[in-house]
Amino acid sequence: MVHRIEVGFHGGVRDSHGEKICRRISEHLGLPVKRVETIEVYTVEGDLTFQEAQEAARLLFTDPVTQRFSVNEPLADGFDWLLEVGFLPGVTDNVGKTAKETLETYLGRPLGEGAGVYTSKQYLIWGDLLREDVERIAKDLLANTLIQRFEIRSKDQWVMGERIQPKVPKVTQVSPEMVEEIDLEIPDHALMALSQKRVLVLDLEEMKAIQNYLRDPDVLQRRANVGLGKKITDVEIEAIAQTWSEHCKHKIFNAVIEYTDENGNRETIRGLFDTFVKATTREVRKRLGERDWCLSVFSDNAGVIRFNDHWSLVFKVETHNTPSALEPYGGALTGIVGVNRDPFGTGKGAKLIFNTDVFCFAPPDYSKPLPPRLLHPRRIFQGVREGVEHGGNKSGIPTVNGSIVFDERYLGKPLVYCGTGGILPAEIRGEPGHFKRARAGDLIVMTGGRIGKDGIHGATFSSEELHEGSPATAVQIGDPITQKKMTDFLLLARDQGLYNAITDNGAGGLSSSVGEMAKDSGGCELHLERAPLKYQGLAPWEILLSEAQERMTLAVPPEKIDLFMALARKMGVEATVLGEFTDSGYFHVLYRGRTVAYLDMEFLHEGVPRMHLEARWKPPRHQDPDFPCPEDLGSVLKELLGRLNICSKESVVRQYDHEVQAGSVVKPMTGAFNDGPSDAAVLRPLLDSMEGVVVAHGICPRYGDIDTHAMAGCAVDEALRNFLCVGGSLEGIGGLDNFCWPDPVQSEKTPDGHYKLAQLVRANKALYEVCVTYRIPLISGKDSMKNDYKVGDIKISIPPTLLFSVVGRIPDVREAVTMDAKRPGDLVYVLGVTRAELGASEYLASRGFVGNSVPRVRAEEFIGYYRLLEKAMRLGLVASCHDCSDGGLGVALAETAFAGGLGIEARLDRAIMEDISRDDYLLFSESQGRFVITVAPENRSAFERTLEGAPLALVGQVIAEPELRLWGMDGSLILREKIDELREAWKRPLAGF
Amino acid sequence: MGRVRVMVLWGNGINCEMETAHAFKLGGADEVDLVHFWELIYGEKSLDHYHILALPGGFLDGDDLGAAKAAANRFRYARVLTTGERLRDQLDRFIRDGKLVLGICNGFQLMVKLGLLPALNGDYDTQTVTLTFNDSGRFEDRWVYLHVNQESPCVFTRGLERLYLPVRHGEGKFFCTDERVLRGMFEGGQVVVRYIHPESGRPTMEYPWNPNGSLEAIAGICDPTGRLMGLMPHPEAYHHRTNHPRWTRESLPEEGEGVIIFRNAVNFAKENLL
Repeated sequence: MVHRIEVGFHGGVRDSHGEKICRRISEHLGLPVKRVETIEVYTVEGDLTFQEAQEAARLLFTDPVTQRFSVNEPLADGFDWLLEVGFLPGVTDNVGKTAKETLETYLGRPLGEGAGVYTSKQYLIWGDLLREDVERIAKDLLANTLIQRFEIRSKDQWVMGERIQPKVPKVTQVSPEMVEEIDLEIPDHALMALSQKRVLVLDLEEMKAIQNYLRDPDVLQRRANVGLGKKITDVEIEAIAQTWSEHCKHKIFNAVIEYTDENGNRETIRGLFDTFVKATTREVRKRLGERDWCLSVFSDNAGVIRFNDHWSLVFKVETHNTPSALEPYGGALTGIVGVNRDPFGTGKGAKLIFNTDVFCFAPPDYSKPLPPRLLHPRRIFQGVREGVEHGGNKSGIPTVNGSIVFDERYLGKPLVYCGTGGILPAEIRGEPGHFKRARAGDLIVMTGGRIGKDGIHGATFSSEELHEGSPATAVQIGDPITQKKMTDFLLLARDQGLYNAITDNGAGGLSSSVGEMAKDSGGCELHLERAPLKYQGLAPWEILLSEAQERMTLAVPPEKIDLFMALARKMGVEATVLGEFTDSGYFHVLYRGRTVAYLDMEFLHEGVPRMHLEARWKPPRHQDPDFPCPEDLGSVLKELLGRLNICSKESVVRQYDHEVQAGSVVKPMTGAFNDGPSDAAVLRPLLDSMEGVVVAHGICPRYGDIDTHAMAGCAVDEALRNFLCVGGSLEGIGGLDNFCWPDPVQSEKTPDGHYKLAQLVRANKALYEVCVTYRIPLISGKDSMKNDYKVGDIKISIPPTLLFSVVGRIPDVREAVTMDAKRPGDLVYVLGVTRAELGASEYLASRGFVGNSVPRVRAEEFIGYYRLLEKAMRLGLVASCHDCSDGGLGVALAETAFAGGLGIEARLDRAIMEDISRDDYLLFSESQGRFVITVAPENRSAFERTLEGAPLALVGQVIAEPELRLWGMDGSLILREKIDELREAWKRPLAGF
Repeated sequence: MGRVRVMVLWGNGINCEMETAHAFKLGGADEVDLVHFWELIYGEKSLDHYHILALPGGFLDGDDLGAAKAAANRFRYARVLTTGERLRDQLDRFIRDGKLVLGICNGFQLMVKLGLLPALNGDYDTQTVTLTFNDSGRFEDRWVYLHVNQESPCVFTRGLERLYLPVRHGEGKFFCTDERVLRGMFEGGQVVVRYIHPESGRPTMEYPWNPNGSLEAIAGICDPTGRLMGLMPHPEAYHHRTNHPRWTRESLPEEGEGVIIFRNAVNFAKENLL
């Protein structure tokens, strides 16, 4: 029996969602729409009488104060157009799932085999529109046809009785539940065709490595023992492809690279990861000696450092770019709940305490024609924002830090970086909290969500460019509540010692999670038919590879399994034993008792051939700027404050819960009116302690247009400056490098691969140099190497982008400092040297130039006075401290002033400078290592004494008059602006998001 | 002297349980237990043991059918497996015994949808008001100024005149279509906290001071006895001065003023329920 329950608002009740849609239709699509109303539709299939459906609709689905309902007849009436949007079969429908559970609780019985509740949404539209217009509203705003279907009715159709028929989007597409055997004794071109056809994304050398493996008589003998022949099974080749994917194996970061610099000097780099990333940590730890605070680095899902004697900090940042390009809401939601599982699956499992998010988009006002398959950047922005909102808020994890970078080259692939931090007991039942190990004999247990066809080929698909054939199955929607229930349960199980190891199911699904854990014990035996499925009709390889969300895999000792399963049952979490970990040396997978995969663990994990690549560096030469210093620098400052990369992101920030868990100390927005831009976040994870966690980041892709060496160094420096601004401690800090690059492998598709790879090499060199000097160990990171779009002749590559995140401690949060000017009479200092480093600055960009003099990090010089600044912070001598980055001193001074609701007067000729010849350069140079600091007059001498030897200049004071007044090189007044106007210029551009 | 025992409910999407428990400890509660929904259902814990029930903020069941709607349904229809008793009956007994219930944000939404508030004429079973989607159409996290009704019988807000607290919700607009209900609430002093403009100090409909468009700027209400209270703002999120968004520029007492609400509850329990 199928019933259609509709729920709408009573007349006179405001439909704020409808109003929002109405605004978006007229603002973004420019269509003449007058009003939009919304109706929720629940299509119920199951054992339910009409009377029961009526009662359920009234009691369960309708708010008696604001809403009305109908069953099996439409509520809609009086509209010009009706649009209904529902999910395609197999797409996660969280509301439908909750509705079904609620219905069953109410009825006191299950709805029956194969029953379900499916939701859709109706939009009633008033306005003078054509059918094409309504189709546009559907396609460009309300429905993503990758995961949703829509239906349209005109007023006339409706009057003629053309109703929307109940639709039950059940998965009916059935894969044969059988295993295919594939002959690899085929010519090379056929091997490549096979790789392409199955989205394996393996190259010829890799395909041949598999072919060779199956020629080994020893291997064949062992296969024969378990009933396999010399052909490879589809389960095996898919498992290998996922394990060997760029996404999982980081083949480019591990490749042997021949690097040639601009002078023709050659260098062989045996893996960027070993040579630079891991080497940084090795070197820093060596120099720290006994003070070393790293606990677990590069070996687990996230990095672990020491917080205090009883707790450790865990942090991981991931990207979810390709899925977000296709389905921004689902992609970003899955990104955030996905990265949550990384710290959660680290060691014995960490409690999650904060999220961070950094997005790179094309400008939302992009107005040129969109290449095929791409969504408009505004839609990506809104979808991603909403996805992170739902993912973070519903999980009860505060989103504390982030930024949004705009550049047209992110049109082809937006970057969606999501990070999550956690806190882990230093010791759990006598073992270090960060220690985990699956033992032979432990049971393989999967908990959380069920397996469907969602997310199949995610790992391989994100290892290639976005193209016409990119599979839609890789797109999924996360379910934060199922995950929250699972993490609630697992933290209890952890503290009761019910498991030995835990890891998450992300890219590659069970194939990766079980495969990784089996490395500890030395093998596994996995029975695929035992896995709980969302619906029937999955082939064995699909069960193994599915990236369906909200699942953790655990190693549970047999003597604990009853307790584990009982607790799971009580807490409403599904848990299933899928097999056991062994020490057989084999990744052994069975389906209905028959072996379907039998792979040598060594071959599976280490068998991928190493790539050999070439990198050639030739510095680009851009036109030098040749315009005179503008007369009206006040207007230029306002213009810069309104640039997308500088302006306020408050409208976005406020839609994230940044205070849940109630340990918030420095919030994203701060100052006299709670609207100034904080440099970093400070939070108190243990409510009965004053020790705090500091989180910050740096990202500056523009500098890479001149030199990625500068870009990477500046990202690290910016992150550290932000961290220091709020009072973070250099002792105990950890860094995370997240590289997003365009494909750097030279090929027909990528004729400039040698250059792009050289850019990658240079970024890595800088990362090593700066982090070692600053003593920042790299504790985790990730790379995403195929951020290109190619359809037909159109190719769009992202600018090489490094996000550098830092996490660390502040001994007492009451020592934290915010960036807003505090009191009239406070002294204003500039710390650091201003140089003629305008290259790739926001200022030159606003004038249509890139330039060449990119900001450089002088790490040895900077770190000396960074230590002194930290000391001044500890002594409580600093009233406010703000990082100088995009827009230089001008922007930093303006923000300090208006955040404090106070004026500033400053003689910039007193700032320490080198080679500065013009006032605009002085104001807007983006030299690194600089801060704007205010100090109460009574602390002047102590502050200056503490900073002795630092490039520190007293330039002015905070004033009560709400004006920014700046004097230039020759001592004359060059800028005088009201802070309200500066604030307004800064707040306006993105206020509507 | 007996001990004041607080149950803080958690599970199924609740996410402010830790800080709510912390605030009750700061408020002087002797025993604060985090109790999961399943512990009630499996009869391992019972409301009868406690004096104060706290329903913290979060996203019960993802707020999928409207805020706290699915959880309200569960409370109404679920039975304790060991005794067969409806959870709802346990809750009614708790209320009849003169004990305290505090609902914050999602917990407030839950109370309203269960009919526990405003419970005019002692009817604790019928939903008469609601909390619905913010006029802005957005989830928002921002701090708001609140006026506290000193004429209210509410035991949680005794001695308070004003409060400054964060709201963090997408469905916090207080709404009611029945004039008599609204009048009854005002007459009984059941309108406890209202959003005000910081300058005028008066209840306001102006955004963002009234962050969601709540009718009559209502931010929190109590039942006729004053022992059940629900509010959208989060008092537990202001338990220390460093929670205040401007603590680095204002001089504030070490303890956050949100704690007073919890201390009032504990003191009331000490004086009346032990």
